[in-house]
Amino acid sequence: MAYQGPPVLELRNICKEYFGNQVLTDVSLSLHKGEILGLVGENGAGKSTLMNILFGMDVIQRTGGYSGEMLIEGKLVKYQSSFDAIADGIGMVHQEFSLLPDFSATENILLNREPHKRSFASEVFGERLDLLDRKSMVEKARIAISKLGVSIDSAMIVGSMPVGHKQFTEIARELSKDSIRILVLDEPTAVLTEQEASILLEAIKNLAAEGIAIIFISHRLQEVIDVCDTVVVMRDGKVVRTESSKDLTIAQIARWMVGREVTQHADRRQFDYDNTPTVLSIRNLWVDMPGETVRDVSLDIHKGEILGIGGLAGQGKLGVPNGAMGLFPAGGTIIFEGKRLPLNQPRAFLDAGMAFVSEDRRGVGLLLDESLDWNISFAAMQVNNKYLKRYLNGLLMWRDEKEIQKVALEYINALEIKCTSYKQKAKELSGGNQQKICLAKAFALSPRLLFVSEPTRGIDIGAKSLVLQALRDYNEKSGTTIVMISSELEELRAICDRIAIVADGRITGILPSDSPSEDFGLLMVAGQPMSMEEHA
Amino acid sequence: MSILKETGGQKFLGIIQNNAVPILFGIIVLIGIPLSGYSVGYLGQEIVVRIARNSFLIIALLIPIMAGMGLNFGMTLGAMAGQIGLIFMADWGIVGIPGMILAMIISTPISAFLGWMCGKILNMAKGREMVTSYIIGFFINGVYQLIVLYGMGAVIPIKNPALVLPRGYGIRNTVNLITIRKTLDNLFAIKIFGISIPIATMLVITILCIFVIWFRKTKLGQDMRAVGQDMEVARAAGIKVEHTRIVSIVISTILAGYGMIVYLQNIGTLNTYNSHMQIGMFSIAALLVGGATVNKASIGNVFLGVSLFHLMFIVSPTAGKNLIGEAQLGEYFRVFVSYGVITIALVLYEVRRRREKARGGRLLAQEQAENMEENT
Repeated sequence: MAYQGPPVLELRNICKEYFGNQVLTDVSLSLHKGEILGLVGENGAGKSTLMNILFGMDVIQRTGGYSGEMLIEGKLVKYQSSFDAIADGIGMVHQEFSLLPDFSATENILLNREPHKRSFASEVFGERLDLLDRKSMVEKARIAISKLGVSIDSAMIVGSMPVGHKQFTEIARELSKDSIRILVLDEPTAVLTEQEASILLEAIKNLAAEGIAIIFISHRLQEVIDVCDTVVVMRDGKVVRTESSKDLTIAQIARWMVGREVTQHADRRQFDYDNTPTVLSIRNLWVDMPGETVRDVSLDIHKGEILGIGGLAGQGKLGVPNGAMGLFPAGGTIIFEGKRLPLNQPRAFLDAGMAFVSEDRRGVGLLLDESLDWNISFAAMQVNNKYLKRYLNGLLMWRDEKEIQKVALEYINALEIKCTSYKQKAKELSGGNQQKICLAKAFALSPRLLFVSEPTRGIDIGAKSLVLQALRDYNEKSGTTIVMISSELEELRAICDRIAIVADGRITGILPSDSPSEDFGLLMVAGQPMSMEEHA
Repeated sequence: MSILKETGGQKFLGIIQNNAVPILFGIIVLIGIPLSGYSVGYLGQEIVVRIARNSFLIIALLIPIMAGMGLNFGMTLGAMAGQIGLIFMADWGIVGIPGMILAMIISTPISAFLGWMCGKILNMAKGREMVTSYIIGFFINGVYQLIVLYGMGAVIPIKNPALVLPRGYGIRNTVNLITIRKTLDNLFAIKIFGISIPIATMLVITILCIFVIWFRKTKLGQDMRAVGQDMEVARAAGIKVEHTRIVSIVISTILAGYGMIVYLQNIGTLNTYNSHMQIGMFSIAALLVGGATVNKASIGNVFLGVSLFHLMFIVSPTAGKNLIGEAQLGEYFRVFVSYGVITIALVLYEVRRRREKARGGRLLAQEQAENMEENT
């Protein structure tokens, strides 16, 4: 499609570094009036960072700004805060709702932009004592909603709305701003039913027809193909493809997203599934973890294997271990070594002989202000009564400092943890070494099954392979079954025997880890409405 | 599927749980009234008096709740400012309604300053407003004592010897407010069915209620409600969160000062060092008894609360005496019940939040069960 005039938005060679980590490299794209641009990519591909730059979010300035140029209608801009971006007509609808639950749709749509009329008190005390002009508020909200082409009761309290209507309300809020030129929609259909999603997609097309430029971020690739004019695929902080959406297929996009050609992992092993018993069997598990909801997951894990659980962010893969351990409300059945595990009791999970290395290292994983030896030993001390001296027939138990130090030194050497001594505080270590402490803590429990969640998140490449190697070695030496959850498919493929992919809270498939990455890519976006040809 | 299906029984239980405190007090009062043997006329008169005396103070609590700052024990600050106004009024010998107005005028800047200070501090202690304001109340009480007990008569001239302690400085334990005693209440009172109703006071309270309703409709009121629900969302929309919170406390403190003056004109004497101490707690307890929570309170809660809470105090001494021959029960009840009801309300607030959280899980389980049925 040919567009008239200069693009509404042009990004030229945007680069961004977070603490020495290059997250965006030479990103360029342009967006025209009335164009819908689909932005796709795996987690960590750099989509959110790019949008944060566009929206002038504080986090960008706080971490040293960015390089490259951003032009709005041919004019170079550099936003100091998101209010500058809003003033320039950029609207953003985030993945999490930023709505006030006790306000009506109208009040939310016009939050802090309410039309008001003067009253006697405002003559004295200023315009904050103006009365709200309810009538024109309702009218304005109605116009904004009608632009979307949906019917929402504007007087309805947001807290009691179905999620789809909340999403519409949020978009209507952006539309009610008169100056709106660019609308960024971050996963707007993720929470919607199929029917609601198709209404929304229709609405997006209408908005574009009215001249608003739209950036549409979605993991549902069929939607992207259906609704967008242009598709931009990002991977590892770079734009890898910019294509017209015509004649694109899901398979193509999925391949570009996952990208990296299959590197053979030399030390792949053949796991004998037929002759190993099931150690953990999960049936109909649901977990209410905010942002990582799990629905009806059933899974059998074999003794001694390394099972990977992958999937895109927010699809529920993190909910599986968190629910199994009982850190979030869960239901269903979990049978470990033939015994049914009571749910929602972290202690029962630990007592059964399992351990969990949380993705929330600093929150759940570590005692930040305590020394390394304590960090490594405290869970084992609590759960297994290890490293304790017993007096009076076990009535009185004393910490066995010598044992604690011994085990700490053992793990510090074995995992090559860089520290000044075992008395150093956990918060003083780097991310990679903190992760190793978390692993050491879990190893010290001598679990028969270990859940490891996002073990390499936020640590550098060198440390990554050490952590992965440590897991693999531990699995081989002690025969511990490991379930590893990660957003990075490559690292799952590096050490796992099988990989289960979670999408929309459900397991969409389990494949051997040497399957082509394209297959995994398809599973990640599976469970979505696809066009007929694709099914055939 | 986003609608949680509940049976009639579950819904009924939910309603009971949400209104547990008023229901509990209703039952206590219903049992207490026949035991006390008081006539309906007497009880009606007493309730009217208490409503006139206390409502103003309790309404002062509504605005910080609207702004999400919880139950504001900072109203003690306003009460102290009101008392300082009354001391000066008594000293200067201004009587009647002009005296009350003078006391209010004196209290306003003091309340505003204390409220501003309290608001500043509460902005540093977000999420812990209640306990922080409680402690600020104790702290400012020390300052108040310093001024009233040592400053007045020594540094601040007090010429009326009846007010000053025999040693020559400091205000006496009790200040006689005979010059304004019931001036507002008796300004215009009528009798209906033998119950004397202080119309003028009721009118003032009505005006205050109208003010609160009007205030909710202003831009500032809307901003406060927004801030009360989610500070981050409000901030992202460009609302000045901190400033809005400070304003809500300032308004509340000033109103509490006026409320204290209305309260003391009814009582007729000022206990210089005690009157303000428990007023915050009793007002908050009354509001909670009326069914308010930490984050939600209405004018209806105020009146229901005053009626139930004070009805219980009126009937419990005689009921206690008739039941176990112990009139002290009433006084004991007063303090015990006040702290008890605040504790219960805080616990219930937390329970309710958990239940809201658990809804998500119940929804998932329900959805899953439905899917299973479909499949079989």
